[in-house]
Amino acid sequence: MSTAAGPGSRLGDVRSGSAWATFRRGLALSPEITQGLTPTLLLALVATAGRVVVPIAVQQTIDDGLNAAGGPDLGFVRWMVGLAAVGVVITVVAAYLMNRRIFRASEAGLATLRTKAFRHVHDLSVLTQDTERRGSLVSRVTSDVDTISQFVQWGGLIMLVSIGQLILATIVMAVYSWQLTLLVWVCFLPLFLALRTFQRMLSSAYMVVRERVGGMLGAISESVVGAQAVRAYAVEGRTQQRIDDAVESHRVAASRAQRLAATAFSTGEVVAGLANAAIIVVGVLLGVAGDITLGRLLAFLFLVTLFVAPVQVGTEVLSEAQNAIAGWRRVLGILDTPADVADPGEDGVRLPRGPIDVRFEGVSYAYPNGPTVLHEVDVAIARHTRVAVVGETGSGKTTFAKLLTRLMDPVHGRVLVDGTDLRDVRFASLRERVVMVPQEGFLFDDTLAANLRYGKPEATDEELLLAVTELGLREWLDSLPAGLETPVGQRGESLSAGERQLVALARAYLADPDLLVLDEATSAVDPATEVRLARALEGVSRGRTSVTIAHRLSTAEAADEVFVFDRGRLVEAGPHAELVDKGGVYAALHAAWVSQSR
Amino acid sequence: MRDERQATLREGVRILVRAMRDEPVILGIAVAGSAVYGLATVATAEVIGRVTDRVIVPAFRDGETTTGALALAALAIMVTSLVKAAGIVVRRYFAGLGQYLLNARYRRQVSRQYLRLPLSWHHQHSTGKLLSNANADVESSFWPIAPLPFALGVVVMLVFALVSMFLADPALALVGALLFPAILLLNFFYQRRLSPLATRAQALRAELSGVAHESFDGAMVVKALGREAAETARFAKVAGQLRDANAAVGRVRGAFDPMLDALPNLGVLAVLIIGSVRVADGSLAAGTLVQVAYLLTITAFPIRAIGFVLGELPRASVGWRRVRAVLDATGALPHGTDRLSASGDDGAAHLGLHDVGYSYVEGTPVLDGVHLDVEPGRTVAVVGSTGSGKSTLASLLVRLVDPVSGAVLLDGTDLRRLEPGQVAAAVSLVFQQPFIFEDSVRDNVTLGLTVPDDDVWAALRLAQGDRFVHELAGELDARIGERGATLSGGQRQRLALARALVRKPRLLVLDDATSAVDPEVERRILAGLRDAALPSTVVVVAYRRATIALADEVVYVENGRVSARGSHPELLTTSPGYRDLITAYERDAVERAMAGTNQEKRS
Repeated sequence: MSTAAGPGSRLGDVRSGSAWATFRRGLALSPEITQGLTPTLLLALVATAGRVVVPIAVQQTIDDGLNAAGGPDLGFVRWMVGLAAVGVVITVVAAYLMNRRIFRASEAGLATLRTKAFRHVHDLSVLTQDTERRGSLVSRVTSDVDTISQFVQWGGLIMLVSIGQLILATIVMAVYSWQLTLLVWVCFLPLFLALRTFQRMLSSAYMVVRERVGGMLGAISESVVGAQAVRAYAVEGRTQQRIDDAVESHRVAASRAQRLAATAFSTGEVVAGLANAAIIVVGVLLGVAGDITLGRLLAFLFLVTLFVAPVQVGTEVLSEAQNAIAGWRRVLGILDTPADVADPGEDGVRLPRGPIDVRFEGVSYAYPNGPTVLHEVDVAIARHTRVAVVGETGSGKTTFAKLLTRLMDPVHGRVLVDGTDLRDVRFASLRERVVMVPQEGFLFDDTLAANLRYGKPEATDEELLLAVTELGLREWLDSLPAGLETPVGQRGESLSAGERQLVALARAYLADPDLLVLDEATSAVDPATEVRLARALEGVSRGRTSVTIAHRLSTAEAADEVFVFDRGRLVEAGPHAELVDKGGVYAALHAAWVSQSR
Repeated sequence: MRDERQATLREGVRILVRAMRDEPVILGIAVAGSAVYGLATVATAEVIGRVTDRVIVPAFRDGETTTGALALAALAIMVTSLVKAAGIVVRRYFAGLGQYLLNARYRRQVSRQYLRLPLSWHHQHSTGKLLSNANADVESSFWPIAPLPFALGVVVMLVFALVSMFLADPALALVGALLFPAILLLNFFYQRRLSPLATRAQALRAELSGVAHESFDGAMVVKALGREAAETARFAKVAGQLRDANAAVGRVRGAFDPMLDALPNLGVLAVLIIGSVRVADGSLAAGTLVQVAYLLTITAFPIRAIGFVLGELPRASVGWRRVRAVLDATGALPHGTDRLSASGDDGAAHLGLHDVGYSYVEGTPVLDGVHLDVEPGRTVAVVGSTGSGKSTLASLLVRLVDPVSGAVLLDGTDLRRLEPGQVAAAVSLVFQQPFIFEDSVRDNVTLGLTVPDDDVWAALRLAQGDRFVHELAGELDARIGERGATLSGGQRQRLALARALVRKPRLLVLDDATSAVDPEVERRILAGLRDAALPSTVVVVAYRRATIALADEVVYVENGRVSARGSHPELLTTSPGYRDLITAYERDAVERAMAGTNQEKRS
């Protein structure tokens, strides 16, 4: 994939900046997360305090109950344990309230973040320019946000509680015996320091796993997306071999990562054993010297268990944190990418309805870091004119159409509609008046009626039928099994390519624009239907302005004016007959077409 | 609801049994490791209890100790913890190994089905769904395998823990006997409350992703019609539902997790009360009290492993149901045992369609009673309007689908009676929207066929694709496809044409295969095909006159039937439908020329 150059490089996904900066900026964009944070942290304090209740109760029972100065004091034990039980119950309540608050706040904040990012993506020209990056844009508003959510609610929560319990356990330990506290830390500190190294090794192992998942999905998709080709050429065996290889290499990588994870996980147990052994040896010696009581020494064995869990899940929590920061950075990268084709909003100009004229003044366009694809175009389209745009593949026709409809903005020069720079026109007004029908005929996974209504949600069934009839498509509609209620499938794939184009055209027609731009909108339709459609559109578009990019020159013959593009330049413009007489680029194109089609 | 839950549970258990049967050795080792871990956990508490009674308490009482006693205590603790750690490594590693082996095994089986099942089956399932069947659904089917050995080891641990406690002190053992079932029960309720909520959140995540995918895929339409706000509202609605679903999951987790943490703590406190009474009256050693309290502390977390398995079962059975649907799907195209006669190997093939009918939806035939005979070496153009069944016809010729009625014959043999590979060896179909494999240019042309590079270049030249391939870095070795160089529609079509030509097919079928190629380039391709004097029978589906001109004969398809056939000039006079279709542009031009004079007057 072209990541170094090309339109993609515009996305600020690989932003530098520290994790802390990402964190702060992320929180600023999701204010819900930090709202009421202080009570949440106070609850967290109470919740973690519960973890040291048991070790303290053990110590108290032994030292002040069983080994009390005047013989065993059972009344004290009952009283103290009762108090401890109340403490445990309080921590349950506090933990519940804390969890609730954290879940609610983070989910609210992240839903806002998702929606903001989603809206912003629709304002980025990369979406329409670089179709290959769409998948990654989807993940910005879905899985990237999920990684943050998962971290906040699992790893982050564990991290919060772990740090709290380590601090509290250390404090209690220090009160009991500074020597043993030091000993425990000497045992565990190297492990805490090694966590980062473990985590780095693990994350590079999981990186390999993720890459292999990609390869595996690619291989499997050949058997699904390429099902026709695989059968037509009987390459099932070869395809299966490629899938098997990809599946196996994924399995090997996953197993390798698992070995690392298992080893890292078990070290916590070994160190805990080491710490326990050391505590008993040193503790007994201290006890013999009279520096520690029996209860305090035994409490240490219980306190050490509080160190094990944070070490065991530490690597996973760190990995999650890293993923979450990376995910957050990618989402913020989207929001920090300037909306290059932005709506001027309230300050923008509203165009009154009615016929439109267009003027291009010295318009050039180049993809970011790419070559210039359109050079210095100066041209005017008068009101009521029907313009046909022709030229070979890659001559700049589609770029011209996209600039005309402001799917992107020129690098130099300006495009004027009714004398107003397109960049100053409010989107609401622009999209109402200028509508483009792209070649693909994309449909949403819904009924035919819902798709037709897409540009005009308030249209009644009667209006839909009227539009279809006006376009001469009524017979086709009636041939469909469920008429207007026919489901079109994902991307409209239940219909043929030609039929999808018919729906897309009717959809735009229903939106009733003043300037209609067709980008090879009937390329997959048979000649008779195409001519019928062209006629119908003329009939109803008389009085409007229209620009048609055409593969078939029959459209050009019928237009008022023809624009001829060649290698990014507008080389000829004028009525069909005039251009044919001139004997230039258009005449050659036309001659070739005539020899092919007649 | 209850029945459904029980069915899910039963199904989940069946998956676990199946997994154990598929990978008995690997998973057996994992379970053994886990059992060792469980035993070592109980042993740890035993050791702590003994050390307390025999080393620590005497030392504190007597004010002296021996190096030997301390060394023995330290050694015992270290050994149990090393055994425990070893058990963890074996359990986790082999459980993971088993899980990945199962994933790989069923991914291979699922993809084999994809390659085996007929296209008609593929048409009924979306790409996204099939990919997630092979990936996410297989994965979630075997998720419970990772914690399964852990859970089984925990059962061993619990049995030994209870035995150990009863041997130590029956009164304290009673606490354990009440506590363990209480934790299990709470876990059970927890998972029962959680799993429907988690499933719902999972479904909403998929839905949200679907909305984003569709909205971004259709960005041009969204933009062109100015529907960004409506799309955002659609997204925000699902995002809001997901937020609420996640928060609901959070409420349940937030309530149960602290309770599960607290239960063992309350158990330890109960042990302290009961135990201290018995220690005070001398019927219990202090070390035993410590042992039981410690045991409850360290078994608290592992017990939850049983919940991890239970919690994954609903998701696993949903995933497994989907995987099973693929594995159980039937309807492959059965093959026969006939071979095409060897003598015909080099020459063009004879093609026959006898009364062929086909329908995607019963009752609405796309093709109906199609009769066609094409003599070897002839080129036939199939012409028809949008949606007239031409592409269906083309796919019947390479047996992508079988006719509902009638038969397709190659050299007089029904395609269904030929042995596997025979049709593909003789017939090549070039699609309008060709599929490019993620591979080198060479492999995309040969698709594994062993042919010299000269032949690959010759095919590319004929397809007018040699020029652009020369310009790619690496030429024939250049990677193309999703992660390689991006090709334009016309380039893809030319590559696909070369793919067909390099096989020197005896029947070549072109389904609007040059529609994205510039007219001039198309002209050169067609001229090349004509001059190459291919030893092939050729069927082309097309609208363009130049393509039709290449044909010896034209077949006009109307409403799923062959309504006329003959040479192009003949059909122009005999078939009004054909004439309308083919001369549409001309008539349009003429009518416009006449109307143009009026218009000029008007303006």
